[in-house]
Amino acid sequence: MYKWIHQFGSPKYFYDISFPLSKWAAIICAICFISGLYGGLVLAPADYQQGDSFRIIYLHVPSAWMSLFVYLIMAFSGAVSLIWRIKITDIIARASAPIGASFTFIALVTGAIWGKPMWGTYWVWDARLTSELILLFLYLGYIALQSAFDDKRIAARAGAILALIGVVNIPIIHYSVEWWSTLHQGPTISKFDKPSIHLTMLIPLLLMVVAFKTFYITTLLIRARSEILDYECNSSWVKKYVIK
Amino acid sequence: MKYSTTNVIHHGSKNMSLNNFLSMGGYAVYVWSAYSISFIVLFLNIIIAIRNEHKTLNEIKERLQNNKK
Repeated sequence: MYKWIHQFGSPKYFYDISFPLSKWAAIICAICFISGLYGGLVLAPADYQQGDSFRIIYLHVPSAWMSLFVYLIMAFSGAVSLIWRIKITDIIARASAPIGASFTFIALVTGAIWGKPMWGTYWVWDARLTSELILLFLYLGYIALQSAFDDKRIAARAGAILALIGVVNIPIIHYSVEWWSTLHQGPTISKFDKPSIHLTMLIPLLLMVVAFKTFYITTLLIRARSEILDYECNSSWVKKYVIK
Repeated sequence: MKYSTTNVIHHGSKNMSLNNFLSMGGYAVYVWSAYSISFIVLFLNIIIAIRNEHKTLNEIKERLQNNKK
């Protein structure tokens, strides 16, 4: 196990296995995306209260989940790199930030568009929406911080501290709909024993969740590859790799 | 606007189902704008990531060739 972790921490090993991993993640992503879209937009019946506007859920929920998930990955790998000074976790944290920001942006925009016909307004300053907006600012702050330092190691350390402080926002986002009475509806499928959603609507949603997750893995690996090359540009394996 | 398609008589069932699909029960503007904005953002993510990878590779290649000279 330790050997495996050590191996995984080596940039060259990570670089080599990232190619088959990103390829397979992309294939799974494409399959789930297409079938999820077909199921969600065509096969699933219209909601009895929200009509066809509920179909925005197939973008909104996966992207909102991923915005939290990617942040946790970013903060966790930031913590690991603060403690053990592992290069690869620096790279994962740095490569995750723009993807997480994109997911947060999608969650906010689709939510606003969904809110207009359902709530009568694009935006309200309630707990769920505001805390998700703060998440977007945390991502943007992290990205700005990364480009503010010339030394990538210092940038990574500063970013890790920011990400760890921002973790406090994650449970606030998650529980905001339970802690405060808000306009935002409660969770749809967190109750795993008895989801409040029909299977024909649930299955496409789960497919889209897998699609967003594998999308993250694919883009993360592509971004990580160029970060690794950048970090390791003076090492012999990169020189060999580039010349061949 | 909201229920427009249900009141319109269509010729041919295929045409009608496509129109029904596109009209999204009157929510077409909301559904399709949400989907198109999301797709653009996801697409840009992939494009920028791939472009960055090529850029980094080319930069390192150039630097190595300059060093050799």
